[in-house]
Amino acid sequence: MAGVADVRRQHTYAGLVRLGLRGLAATGSVIALLIAWELFARAEVVSAFLLPPLTLVLERIGKDLISGALPVQLGLTLYRAVAGFTLAALFGILIGVLMARSKSVSWFFDPIVSIGFPAPKIAFLPVFILWFGLFDLSKILMTVFAAIFPVIGATAAATEGVDKYLIWSARNAGASEGEILWEVVLPAAMPQIITGLQVALPISLIVTIVSEMVMGGEGLGGNMIGAARFADSVGVFAGIVQIAIAGYLLIKGLELIRQGLLVWHQETQQLSTF
Amino acid sequence: MTSVLARYAPLALIAIAWEAAPRLGVLVLPALPPFSTVVLAMGRLVIDPELYVHAGASLMREVAGLGLAVFIGVVLGIVMAWYTPVRVLFNPLVRCVYPMPKSALIPVMIMWLGIGHLSKIGLIFLGCLLPVIVSAYNAARGVETVLIWSAQSAGASRSEILREIILPASLPEIMAGVRTALALSFVLLVSSEFLMAREGLGYLIAFMGEGGIYDAMFATVLLVSAIGFLADRAYLALMRRTLAWRE
Repeated sequence: MAGVADVRRQHTYAGLVRLGLRGLAATGSVIALLIAWELFARAEVVSAFLLPPLTLVLERIGKDLISGALPVQLGLTLYRAVAGFTLAALFGILIGVLMARSKSVSWFFDPIVSIGFPAPKIAFLPVFILWFGLFDLSKILMTVFAAIFPVIGATAAATEGVDKYLIWSARNAGASEGEILWEVVLPAAMPQIITGLQVALPISLIVTIVSEMVMGGEGLGGNMIGAARFADSVGVFAGIVQIAIAGYLLIKGLELIRQGLLVWHQETQQLSTF
Repeated sequence: MTSVLARYAPLALIAIAWEAAPRLGVLVLPALPPFSTVVLAMGRLVIDPELYVHAGASLMREVAGLGLAVFIGVVLGIVMAWYTPVRVLFNPLVRCVYPMPKSALIPVMIMWLGIGHLSKIGLIFLGCLLPVIVSAYNAARGVETVLIWSAQSAGASRSEILREIILPASLPEIMAGVRTALALSFVLLVSSEFLMAREGLGYLIAFMGEGGIYDAMFATVLLVSAIGFLADRAYLALMRRTLAWRE
């Protein structure tokens, strides 16, 4: 009996080792890069101005966290980016649905979307400064303007493409137009709409940060460009790490929302069977 | 022809509204010159040789940064998909950095490379590299193994398989990824020229905005948008031609 237990234990050890190796493979190069960063910077191969040691950068982030500066700045940036993204999502979905339902709305918006989608909207930043000033309003509106096109495009294509038989059978069963929209069209179009939102979210972040850099007014972007101008390279790298983490969390958050909203959908069920 | 006119008629409506609003004083936005003065400014702009100095600088940065990103990104993405050591090394890095808002790199690029061409090229290169790597990697991983097996059994070498099977089969997805990178590259180009430049179209817009030359500023903004739009359309046409064999 002892032999069986030994074998089983060996199996567990092998499993643990394999798990450990897989974990190392998944993170090893990131950790190696971070260690290399620290050693490279400490050895002063390049000047500390160009590449400050990682530990100094982390120390700065810790200090900002304790002093309360980081939560405030991060909050400002997230507020602008998420407000812009949410408005873009609401109005984008609204316009997209209307485009699929009404010929005249579609006639009006189709050329605007087809030109506006690929154009670099960020070129309008100075225009937004002139019109709406240097504060939150113009940053949020700039973000909306940059992020709304993929949402409109995805929503219009998705609602247009909903299976006509679904709509006909709902209508046959006596559903009102409003019920058809809420119960049939939007759920059926949801996966594609969320894909549009997943394109819009990184754009919102990029544009909010550029707006903060150009207009100032604090936030992570404003602080980073300030740090760069005052040759505070530790501040610049701390900013990059903070922005990278914020971006990662937001994008993962939207992925989770997607899975939550699409629990009924094949794609989520396929994921859960893995 | 008439269908094209009908299709783009809403833009004419917007142009008319743009002309009327400041003249009638309906829409009280500061610094909105009537559309006709913007068109006139555009006319003056396109015959001004200085525009081409700025446009040339922007074009050079765009082509160098994006070209490098596409070349290195495609190679790295495919190699990552086919050689396990390279995948183990790069995959975590790529997954970790991919969601970062690329504009966060602007201040580092100023510090490292100054305010000349190099910092914009570096920014566009780094920003566009990740979407290209990810699309090439996903494309190459998604190639049907049956295709590869049959090539192997027909005696194809590894490099032949790469050239004759993997590259053509991944081309559609790679080209779609490059289209995303193209759009991103314009955003990064214009943003960085707003913030740190002495030439380039983004710099020109910011310069004229600060100088209060609003008609020329609007003309340049429209010009940059048009360039971005036309670049996308040209790329789309190239994509359709290159991928025509699929039909």
